[in-house]
Amino acid sequence: MRIDCDVLIIGGGPAGLCAARSLLGTGLNVLILERDPFLGGQLLKQTHMFFGSKEQYAGTRGFEIGQILTREVQASPNVTVMLETVASGYYPEENFILALEKEKKLYQIYFKKVIVATGASEKSLLFEGNDLPGIYGAGAVQTLMNMYGVMPGQDIIMIGSGNIGLIVSYQLLQAGVKVKAILEAAPTVGGYFVHAAKVRRMGIPIFTQTTVKRALGQNALEAVEIVNLDSKWQYVAGTERKWSCDTLCLAVGLSPMSELLWQFQCEMRYVSELGGYVAKRNAIMQTTHPDVYIAGDVSGVEEASSAMLEGTIAGFAAAKALHKMLDSVDQVIQNSQKFLDEMHRGPIGEKIRNGLAKVEVDVCL
Amino acid sequence: MFIKNGYLDIDELGERMPSEERFERGPVAILECIQQIPCNPCQDACSRGAILPFQSINDTPTIDMDKCNGCGNCISACPGLAIFVVWKNYNLESSLIKLPLELLPFPEEGDSVELMNRKGEKVGIGKVIKIQKTKQNPKSRVIWVEVPKKLAMEVRHISRSNNHDK
Ligand SMILES: Cc1cc2nc3c(=O)[nH]c(=O)nc-3n(C[C@H](O)[C@H](O)[C@H](O)COP(=O)(O)OP(=O)(O)OC[C@H]3O[C@@H](n4cnc5c(N)ncnc54)[C@H](O)[C@@H]3O)c2cc1C
Ligand code: SF4
Ligand code: SF4
Repeated sequence: MRIDCDVLIIGGGPAGLCAARSLLGTGLNVLILERDPFLGGQLLKQTHMFFGSKEQYAGTRGFEIGQILTREVQASPNVTVMLETVASGYYPEENFILALEKEKKLYQIYFKKVIVATGASEKSLLFEGNDLPGIYGAGAVQTLMNMYGVMPGQDIIMIGSGNIGLIVSYQLLQAGVKVKAILEAAPTVGGYFVHAAKVRRMGIPIFTQTTVKRALGQNALEAVEIVNLDSKWQYVAGTERKWSCDTLCLAVGLSPMSELLWQFQCEMRYVSELGGYVAKRNAIMQTTHPDVYIAGDVSGVEEASSAMLEGTIAGFAAAKALHKMLDSVDQVIQNSQKFLDEMHRGPIGEKIRNGLAKVEVDVCL
Repeated sequence: MFIKNGYLDIDELGERMPSEERFERGPVAILECIQQIPCNPCQDACSRGAILPFQSINDTPTIDMDKCNGCGNCISACPGLAIFVVWKNYNLESSLIKLPLELLPFPEEGDSVELMNRKGEKVGIGKVIKIQKTKQNPKSRVIWVEVPKKLAMEVRHISRSNNHDK
């Protein structure tokens, strides 16, 4: 079946929802495709209070931010939402996106502009036995626990002390699961100090320069062999020890889900600071394909606050390109850009700044 | 080092450590937030203006301890759970600490609880004086706990004796 829209938004996380919010009231016909049965993306799993600034709902719990954005967008007559619908491919000859709804119905979706806000997927780690039942990505643990109320295990070891590893450990403690330790390969804690301090004072040790070497167990995980790492990230011989656990949670980073952008033949670049392959883009989130915009983790793995700002910018930029200008459009875009720059200014933002320098180009409208 | 261990040593608090003279004057907020991160909800949380406006969202917070009266309203605004109020001379033997808690089941007023330091070590037993609920964060609580005076700058978490985080 054929569907026509002005602006197609792929992904209903914070980036896609903010893009849609920018388009409210423009009279443009907006369609959001979301593969999950609900809008909100990663936000729905976040039971903790968010960071960032008040304008991006800092201090509010993640899932509540998702609810606020969803309500705003769903109330609007010019936005249609298709849930359980995957954008599965782009067909350049005819210029449509093929979408599959509930694994049953196929749609050809024609659009004037598309905003790709597909987020990121979890990275895994290579070690012997990493396919044993009981070994999860942090996202899966969060989904089980915070969305379905299912305890992933009783006795957990967390790999990775970035913000996700720290926050998921904290949420596990809140759910009453024992977190034995957090292991970190680097010599320092990866995430924010305040997140680390929360889990430390609750008694979870963080071992830096330590990683998992092997997972052990007959039919499911029973123990892991952990090992120290030297300054060159090599195993230190003789430091292997066996710890029992029934669950191992991997929080070792995310990489942008950029498959569709390859299909659009956007110019791509591998940027380790941003988590993997990302499309080059200009300050208004437009890629080298003039009809394709990006926003959120797919444009570089970061945070919900930046995803929301990027979504806002991309939405307004698409409206402007379609001549549905609100008077203040340039002003709003600039304001969001200013917020983004401000967020990236500190030492934490340095990595992101370096990454962005590699993909920001002056593509013209 | 906080960045290696995940907890701070008292001397890393620097200017955020109140003077003995300030402690003499009553309760005061201690902002254990010493790393520049993009976060700022605390700057709007104090109606007395004791938490100074940020220049940049990446600033670490600065507090004017003369303006702070230790009310504790800022505690539940901080997503980092990094703000504590310490009333050192609560009475002759003990201090009172106000700390954030997001763990069920909450203790009750009058309960005796285990006191944990920044490393998660049990350092003593204290008594819950009051449980404060805030409008801003209805699901978490600010716990007022009485602790032995010498632990005023040590205790940063409490645990119910039958709690899982033992
Ligand atoms: C444990 C954890 C804690 C976090 N804490 C914070 C925090 O405190 N503060 C903060 O600012 N950020 C935080 N974040 C980060 C934040 O959640 C993400 O950066 C943010 O959600 C990214 O938004 P997004 O819209 O780009 O992607 P997502 O939220 O991932 O949304 C993408 C959406 O696109 C959908 N999708 C993907 N592909 C397709 C397709 N082909 N067709 C249809 N739909 C598709 C997905 O189902 C998903 O709903 C945290 C993340 C995690 C995992
Ligand atoms: S304790 Fe009260 S007075 Fe002191 S900084 Fe916090 S809100 Fe302000
Ligand atoms: S709200 Fe908390 S974590 Fe954020 S800057 Fe203020 S003290 Fe630090």
